[in-house]
Amino acid sequence: MTAATYRRPQLTKIARRLVAHLFLLVGASFFIFPLVFLVSTSLKASRQIAKFPPELIPNPWIWRNFSDVFIYAPMHLYFVNTLRIVIPSLVGATITSSLAAYAFARIKAPGGDVIFVILLSTMMLPGVVTLIPTYIIFSKIGWVGTFRPLVIPTLAGSPFFIFLLRQFFMTIPMDLEDAALIDGCGRFRIWLSIMMPLAMPALATVSVFAFMGAWNDYMGPLIYLANRMQYTLSLGLQVFVSNHGAEWGMLMAASTMMVLPVIALFFFAQKSFIQGITMTGIKG
Amino acid sequence: MASSKLADRLASISPTKRDALSFYLFIAPWMLGFLAFTLGPIVASLGLSFTQYDMMLPPKYVGLQQYQRLFADPLFYTSLSNTLYIVALAVPTSMLSSFLIALLLNQKVRGMAAYRTAYYIPSIVPAVASAALWMYLLQPQWGVVNGLLRSVGLPAPGWLAARAWAKPAIVLVMVWGSGGTMIIYLAGLQDIPEALYEAAEIDGAGRWGKLRHVTLPLMTPTIFFTLVMSIIGTFQVFAVIFVLTDGMGGPVNSTLVYLIYIYRNAFVFFKMGYTSAMAWVLFVIILALTLIQFRTAPLWVYYEAERRPTR
Repeated sequence: MTAATYRRPQLTKIARRLVAHLFLLVGASFFIFPLVFLVSTSLKASRQIAKFPPELIPNPWIWRNFSDVFIYAPMHLYFVNTLRIVIPSLVGATITSSLAAYAFARIKAPGGDVIFVILLSTMMLPGVVTLIPTYIIFSKIGWVGTFRPLVIPTLAGSPFFIFLLRQFFMTIPMDLEDAALIDGCGRFRIWLSIMMPLAMPALATVSVFAFMGAWNDYMGPLIYLANRMQYTLSLGLQVFVSNHGAEWGMLMAASTMMVLPVIALFFFAQKSFIQGITMTGIKG
Repeated sequence: MASSKLADRLASISPTKRDALSFYLFIAPWMLGFLAFTLGPIVASLGLSFTQYDMMLPPKYVGLQQYQRLFADPLFYTSLSNTLYIVALAVPTSMLSSFLIALLLNQKVRGMAAYRTAYYIPSIVPAVASAALWMYLLQPQWGVVNGLLRSVGLPAPGWLAARAWAKPAIVLVMVWGSGGTMIIYLAGLQDIPEALYEAAEIDGAGRWGKLRHVTLPLMTPTIFFTLVMSIIGTFQVFAVIFVLTDGMGGPVNSTLVYLIYIYRNAFVFFKMGYTSAMAWVLFVIILALTLIQFRTAPLWVYYEAERRPTR
């Protein structure tokens, strides 16, 4: 009797765990299998792709899809173009965002709170209202067809990054800064030599999201880039989809090439990703 | 010489004024960007919405004509109702599934990090790549999804080729990429103090009681945040559908969402006045929905007494 009542919770606990795992596995397969098929199809011959029912394991294994992609689309060029947008955006957005974030976190100024509320409300602003006039301005000053419309606006920093970095700066103790202020250190020096080194994890998070934003951006390049030689990966891939939609092996190979760097970055900077999402999502 | 003069003058300014000056200098880059790429364009697009403008001839003032034409345009209603359909289906589905997954993951199950990664990764796949992938998976004749459905004896729909199934297909792709919401919920769940659950247990609460009276109330601020943001985001869905339908919003306009219609009017037909009116109508709709959510939030969003609602 006593033994039974003692053991029962144990058993239900194990059963509950098993049920949880069962559900989690079924769910996880919905999220992961598409990506497994992406990679496996990129290694299949077209004969096997059109087979029904679909087969998961390539037979035979084929690498040709990857080299074929380059015959139809200069992926390496798209890659370089993407980097030419991604890198300045990432560096610029991180620096300017952290400047503003430091000011919002630490410096008192008349109107500061109001400006911060404005900043927060722009996080909820639908980007579509600014689309048309921005395009008209860039077109009138001759920037359409260059990378400038894709880079320059990002250099101003983003409210999302500023908010995230501000939350981080708020957690840094005041002591160091107070000492520096007494020593006559200017605000810029404090930002550069005290706050920035301490904020490295948060800066990494911001860089990761700036990278992702620029890497994944589709509408920007679609609107602003005209010349095939300027295409970014996402635009190049889309044109590839419309022109070679039926050549699935090659299409999956091209997609794999675009997805892999992002997934590699995730495994490399997992903490930054999770922190970036949770910091803005929770502490809001 | 000049620099020491400047230093002298700076030193004579009071510390509060100096701080104010540095505050404005620090936020200047963002502020300039905000004025040039946000505030300016918002005002300009309102102005443009009262004009006829094709980017060749100068804008011509036409009063409310663009809005009148918009409200008489059947495709405007089509695109709006398609968008609403997708919002109404995708937002609750992805929020609910994310919440359930987060609840399961929060039970200290083994391999939590691996599960978390598995659920999250699709959300970082670029929209174009994810569209290409699902185009393949949802292929009606030999696609993987229909293969699976047939093998368990379920009907295999035409997905992106069928008018009735194209929107659900899009929602499926969107839910697949909703792992970010799950991460937010999981972090929120992990923030709930263990002591509250223990207190509830002492009061005789079972698993359901704890979920109903501890977890859910404490999660409402997080749920509120994700609701607001995902409605705003889903109203502006573009890239996935644009790629999946080759920019057409097909079949037969069944996935013509608001932003695709905006894109077509602006960058295919260069009707900049008309498109500005469209953008403003969407802006007002989103703003109204957001305000309603903020107004009704006190009815269901719970804030701990000591935790001040910051936004």
